[in-house]
Amino acid sequence: MDLRYTEAEERFRAELRAWLDEALPKLPPKPDRNDWPGRRAYDTTWQRMLFDAGYAGLHWPVEAGGKGATPTEHLIYLEESERAGAPYVGANFVGLLHAGPTINAAGSDEQRRKYLPGILSGEDVWCQGFSEPGAGSDLASLRCRAVRDGDEYVINGSKIWTSHAEVADYCEMLVRTDPDAPKHKGITWLIVPMDTPGITIRPLETVMGTSEFAEVFFDDVRVPVGNRVGEENDGWRVTMVTLSFERGTAFVSEVVACQKLLHDLAELAKKVTRRQATAWDDVALRRELGHLTAEFEALWALTKWNVSEASRSGVPGIGGSVFKLRFSETKQKVYDLAHRLLDRAALCVEDVAGLPSGHLMDERLSSLSYTIAAGTSQIQRNIVGERILGLPKER
Amino acid sequence: MDFQLSEDQRDLATGVREFCEGRFDRDRMRDLVDKNRVPGMVDRALWTELAETGFFSLRVPEAEGGVGLGSAEAVLVYEEAGRVLLPGPLVATHLAASLGGDLGAGAASGELIVGVVDAEDSPILVEHLDVLDVLLVLDEDGIRRVAPSSVSGTAVKNPVDPFTPLHHVEALPEGTRVGDADTAARFRREGAVLTAAVQLGIAGRLTELATQYAKEREQFGRVIGGFQAVKHLCAEMLVRTEIARAAVYSAAVTLDDPVVGDLAVAVPAAKLMADDAATRNGKDATQVHGGMGFTWEVDVHLYLKRAWVHATQFGGAEENEEALAATL
Repeated sequence: MDLRYTEAEERFRAELRAWLDEALPKLPPKPDRNDWPGRRAYDTTWQRMLFDAGYAGLHWPVEAGGKGATPTEHLIYLEESERAGAPYVGANFVGLLHAGPTINAAGSDEQRRKYLPGILSGEDVWCQGFSEPGAGSDLASLRCRAVRDGDEYVINGSKIWTSHAEVADYCEMLVRTDPDAPKHKGITWLIVPMDTPGITIRPLETVMGTSEFAEVFFDDVRVPVGNRVGEENDGWRVTMVTLSFERGTAFVSEVVACQKLLHDLAELAKKVTRRQATAWDDVALRRELGHLTAEFEALWALTKWNVSEASRSGVPGIGGSVFKLRFSETKQKVYDLAHRLLDRAALCVEDVAGLPSGHLMDERLSSLSYTIAAGTSQIQRNIVGERILGLPKER
Repeated sequence: MDFQLSEDQRDLATGVREFCEGRFDRDRMRDLVDKNRVPGMVDRALWTELAETGFFSLRVPEAEGGVGLGSAEAVLVYEEAGRVLLPGPLVATHLAASLGGDLGAGAASGELIVGVVDAEDSPILVEHLDVLDVLLVLDEDGIRRVAPSSVSGTAVKNPVDPFTPLHHVEALPEGTRVGDADTAARFRREGAVLTAAVQLGIAGRLTELATQYAKEREQFGRVIGGFQAVKHLCAEMLVRTEIARAAVYSAAVTLDDPVVGDLAVAVPAAKLMADDAATRNGKDATQVHGGMGFTWEVDVHLYLKRAWVHATQFGGAEENEEALAATL
């Protein structure tokens, strides 16, 4: 067990830090949350800067145009970027972390040549069409149909929870190509250009009143058979291949951000006055801050554990579900605490009386999704119970 | 960075597990608690074997006759001790071995069974007094050595953990100074991490006991582990254990090489997460066992009660949370 970074890793960190120092002031101001074209432009500008500096696709294999960095280097990259206040992947999320790696692993040479460079350079933005109104946790029950018609697939159905749909160039999609086969066996993975006729996008309003996601409707949408990745009806396996790219680094930025947030909340607690004392004098609140500090110290250690495991074996450990379960619930607790600290200011999703209630309450509302998105906590507990502990499935 | 066990560390953990399961298996553990209780609940023959295996001399430098390993290895060993519920002041004696002189040598060799008590505790409850050869008192100035025979206390008739007999002591004797404030601070840090390792072993074993039972026990025509309500309890137990493992191992590595982290955070975090995992897993394992979980016969309560004891040693939840808040 060694927590010391190698000389090469420290050098990588120092160079990255120097570059971030120089690059970040050149970024334009952050766009408004509901300004989707603005958000796309901001995120892709950053991606282009990374690309020009040689940091794009750090974790991608070299043959895909990436840097083939180790999971530890990726960890350092994410940690330093977050500490420096650099943008997160944003609109490039699906392309960089999902569609790109999938096309590289399961696509044809032609598909690699056509799609990967645009993802790395920030030219192309991707969205995801997996979930459906009737297929959430039970994703494999999806019903959006694609029927073969000569050299084309004709798609009919709808997808939901699609981020960046309005500004995306492509959609990675799972469609039902064989309705008679067992549910995992009749699914196909397709690339759908978002300007194809027959696609309708309807923004979905979230609890924050923003349109973070969209519903996407497909009405006789035609795409060439050449847009299929992998074999027909083999889409489920193709999707599973993608999951194996997770190398323990998925939540690095967020853990670092939460550690920073705990310090900010402590600062705030020392200033906020309640009756005769400050909020910091409230033992229960102070101890909760202490407890959450321990939680994030442990989650940071578990991150290093999982990253090291991935470095050794080349494949992700089973630790992802364990991490996601504890992280998402603990992050919610941080915002529960922020809410408590704000007291009645928590009723304002905007700054009031000099308190940062706008940002904190926005995030507090957003935090309601942590235990739902990317596999609910209930599904994660099933995974832990069945795949790690070997308990039988509920049938 | 490579935060995974090295091959040597893996071998060490496997070897210690085999030793513990061989020398203190369930039959011997139940025999000690159910039939043949001994004074202080420490079996001296077993204690000698533990010493020979290196339980106490593990971190004593080789030049001084020890094993010469670090805290990273020590937590692996003490995790195994927790898994089988090895009784006695293991951590206190291990810490005493670092003091040098006759006291250190005696602790390392197993000749001396050394206990520890914090002078700030209220009430003062001395563990295993009847079998102690030396009692160390941690106070604000450091560590003092007290002869157990000079301690006058009242035996607690019903200690919650049958493996941890207690004496209630009104006032501790003066004794002689054997360590300064810095040594006492080191004792508190290392004691917290090693005790956290024991708790980690308890938390892990409780997860196994509950999962095993959930796979065997049938109701409504199927094993109860198939029901999500039960499965999710077991899953949470595993999550707590793994979170604690990361925190405990990381704190141990930081003890050995302080530049890799911040001991002011790492140590209380490890103790807090491990105490939490052990005590909450104890409750959940009881729940998974249903009515059987409430019986003396099933081992779960013995693990839970021991976890309660350890949760008070070298810093409880209040102290750790306050210490962590102070770093913000």
